[in-house]
Amino acid sequence: MRALAFRHMRAGARPASPASPLRPGRHGGSALRRGELLKPRGQRLLAVLRQARLQAIAFIALLLGLLLIAGGTAAVAQPKFPPLTGRVVDEVGLLAADSRRALERDLEALETKSTDQLVVYITRSLQGYPIEDFGYRLGRHWQIGQKDKNNGVLLIVAPNERKVRIEVGRGLEPQLTDILTKLIIENAILPAFRRNDFPGGIMAGVRDIRDVLLGDAEAVKERARSAKKRTTGGGNAMAVAVLVLFILIAVSVVWAQSMQTAHPGRAMRSRRDARRQGDSIIPSTWGSSSGGWSSGGSSDSGGGFSGGGGDFGGGGSSGSW
Amino acid sequence: MLRHALSRLAALAAVVTVAVSVAGCGVNNIPTYEQTAKAKWSEVLSQYKRRADLIPNLVETVKGFAAQEQQVLTSVVEARAKATQAQVQLPPDITTNPEAMKRFQDAQNSLGGALRQLLSVVENYPDIKSGQNFLALQSQLEGTENRIAIARRDYIEAVRVYNTELTTFPGRIWKSVLYASAQPMATFDIAPAEMQTPKVDFGTKK
Repeated sequence: MRALAFRHMRAGARPASPASPLRPGRHGGSALRRGELLKPRGQRLLAVLRQARLQAIAFIALLLGLLLIAGGTAAVAQPKFPPLTGRVVDEVGLLAADSRRALERDLEALETKSTDQLVVYITRSLQGYPIEDFGYRLGRHWQIGQKDKNNGVLLIVAPNERKVRIEVGRGLEPQLTDILTKLIIENAILPAFRRNDFPGGIMAGVRDIRDVLLGDAEAVKERARSAKKRTTGGGNAMAVAVLVLFILIAVSVVWAQSMQTAHPGRAMRSRRDARRQGDSIIPSTWGSSSGGWSSGGSSDSGGGFSGGGGDFGGGGSSGSW
Repeated sequence: MLRHALSRLAALAAVVTVAVSVAGCGVNNIPTYEQTAKAKWSEVLSQYKRRADLIPNLVETVKGFAAQEQQVLTSVVEARAKATQAQVQLPPDITTNPEAMKRFQDAQNSLGGALRQLLSVVENYPDIKSGQNFLALQSQLEGTENRIAIARRDYIEAVRVYNTELTTFPGRIWKSVLYASAQPMATFDIAPAEMQTPKVDFGTKK
């Protein structure tokens, strides 16, 4: 449109220039007057000239308007948010790769079951914002939850500020009430965080949130009541599994060595071989197994996760340790 | 006959095209933004109401443990009465009347101040603090204060968009042509101290 307008103007200007020597000093004359001068050259030129001017004015006005709109709707100050790379966004590296994948699987299972989106975010910094303020803005920015249900939940952990918050989407506020989120934070998350067991606290928090969302709030309350008695719950299953794995490996190594020492008839050379073999076995099994997990994890949970357009209105509660 | 039908079709197409293109250049912006801002205002009101509804329970709970703090309790009850009254007798033009808006906000702010005072007094009573009932109330209250802050912020933002539309270029023309009765809406001035959500310390910091 712009190019068109200018072409019209140029086209209009060329026939106008021979007319100006007739009346020097009349360059700035109105279109009407120039039109009178141009009359012998025909009315059509005048019409073209007028149209070109009109178009140019309209174009400039439009441009101005757009500028004004752009200026008027400039965004308010917001913290800088990272991209939503998955169901677990860990900026600090608090979670080991395997517990992180277990968590992602849990969160994905929750969404397929109830369509509720739960995202864990471990932040390096709250950028000076109160965590309540940071939380709802992040929820809106990532648009966690389905658009028509607003059923997103964010578990935000800020280890550097020693703050944690469960941010509840508008649609889940009647279900995951402020009181329940407070109970979860106080009884499931914070005790573990105070022991510096961050994965355990996050796992326990996610488990409790999931139980509430799947309609089992009583179980959470029950766990909260007996929180003092409980030291290691189901949330530590991952840690227990890792521990068992370690023990198994240690036992097998010791067993292999004792098998070697049980045959003293063999020379020192074979023992050294056995040890070398044992050394090489452990890293190779670890390497292969973790490789298998990571490929599986990235194919099923990492790919294509995004917020569904959910809104946040400040539900949930916070705690610090 | 066919030509007639064709020309009618062309006319219809022209009307539709014009309507769509006019809507695209913001003729509907003013009413749309106004409705958005009004919706945000009702959200503010409903959050304030929610806070007012929590207070009788809170006062009862505290009274059971600390009847000697009569003065603080009375000030909370009075502030609540004033704020509730202000909400019931809300003038219909509140959103376009900065003075009425200020009066309403003052009433709500004094309630907020009285509540903060009550909660800080409670800090001296471990019995109240540790009670399950109070903990539940406190978390609700904290959540409500947070929701109020967000609702207010959303309202201010919606009003800013609406007022900007009224006073800037394309909207200004539409206002003079079509929406002569559209008035800029009032927001509240927020003192820097009130920009933050009132922090309720649960005594969890050890």
